[in-house]
Amino acid sequence: MSLVKAEGLFKSFGKTRALDGADITIRAGEVVAIMGPSGSGKSTLLHCLAGIMPPDKGTVMYRDQDLTAMGDSARSELRRTEFGFVFQFGQLVPELTCVENVALPLRLSGVKRKQAERAALDWLAKLEVDTVADQRPGETSGGQGQRVAIARALVTGPKVIFADEPTGALDSLNGERVMHLLTTAARDTGAAVVLVTHEARVAAYSDREVVVRDGRARDVEFAR
Amino acid sequence: MSIGHALLGLLEGGPRHGYDLKRAYDERFGQDRPLHYGQVYSTLSRLLKNGLVTDAGVEAGDGPERKRYAITDAGVTDVERWLSTPEKPEPYLQNTLYSKVVLALLSGRGATEVLDAQRSAHLTAMRELTRRKADGDLADQLICDFALFHLEADLRWLELTAARIDQLAAEVTR
Ligand SMILES: Nc1ncnc2c1ncn2[C@@H]1O[C@H](COP(=O)(O)OP(=O)(O)OP(=O)(O)O)[C@@H](O)[C@H]1O
Ligand SMILES: [Mg+2]
Repeated sequence: MSLVKAEGLFKSFGKTRALDGADITIRAGEVVAIMGPSGSGKSTLLHCLAGIMPPDKGTVMYRDQDLTAMGDSARSELRRTEFGFVFQFGQLVPELTCVENVALPLRLSGVKRKQAERAALDWLAKLEVDTVADQRPGETSGGQGQRVAIARALVTGPKVIFADEPTGALDSLNGERVMHLLTTAARDTGAAVVLVTHEARVAAYSDREVVVRDGRARDVEFAR
Repeated sequence: MSIGHALLGLLEGGPRHGYDLKRAYDERFGQDRPLHYGQVYSTLSRLLKNGLVTDAGVEAGDGPERKRYAITDAGVTDVERWLSTPEKPEPYLQNTLYSKVVLALLSGRGATEVLDAQRSAHLTAMRELTRRKADGDLADQLICDFALFHLEADLRWLELTAARIDQLAAEVTR
């Protein structure tokens, strides 16, 4: 049973065809690495899967809901409740402390401050960055900032985490630590992870890989 | 991996008998390939003949496996030379893979399939090592990392070759 299933995705930017008939399926709880050369369409595919960007053609199903047929507000509601996001950088609010950043998605869902910050602190501790809870993102290291971002992605209990080069700005040791913590936390909570990376050592934390080349995805599971 | 040098290195800690050496070797270096007794004794008799180890008496109890060996000065010099000589940077898989790619192109088979199958096999091996690393101690982690970085280098070559496959096809079939 697939959790997210995209079929026949096309997306162009002007004359550039970023997706050229991409198919992919993601099952509940699995970690899938999306690999492929620079410019092959990995990020575009991720954005379409996550409902951030509509494809020109094709469908994206989340369970029994068609993301491409949904209204904007229903789609952003779905993103907020079911999905978590981790990007290479620039995703934390610089004016807020780390614990406030992690608590933010809960606050937006109407959870009381105290309760939201308690849950946020728990996640910061699981990712071994509770020490920076009261610092602002600008006062943390790159590796710490990414762990805070992962805590924020996980705090709402999402079913899918979309991560685009989450270790792209980190050195090997920190990158591995972040991947270990991300995949362990996802496995503990049963969340699926869609991980875009061009690094094999990062992809090695996945259960399987899907290679994107020239806007087409080779997903051996899709045909099954 | 030079077993002789590894055994000599272990003997620098003090005399040992063959069985003890095998155990120490397996524990430290034998993760994938524990030594056979035969290898240990043939290596020790070669080291003995070359004067790198010497007979250090027989331990209480009997049988040939109770014989103890000690490293000689020449043995120590040999270990030192081994440690200070870098390993030959060996491009170990590329030759085979390159041959496969070229032969696939020459015979009109898909070379991309060769590369994709290899990538998949490499990633499977890398996943296994990554799992082992998560469960292991620091020694396991360092040994797995060494293998992981090497496999990653192969994969980078596979990617680069995949990106140039049309160009290569044009050249080899010209
Ligand atoms: N917003 C945009 N406007 C114009 N062109 C775009 C846009 N986003 C992507 N593209 C183009 O679409 C193609 C695919 O881009 P995409 O970002 O999906 O690649 P990628 O596989 O993520 O690459 P990288 O590994 O470098 O991040 C590229 O040619 C890119 O230049
Ligand atoms: Mg990208």
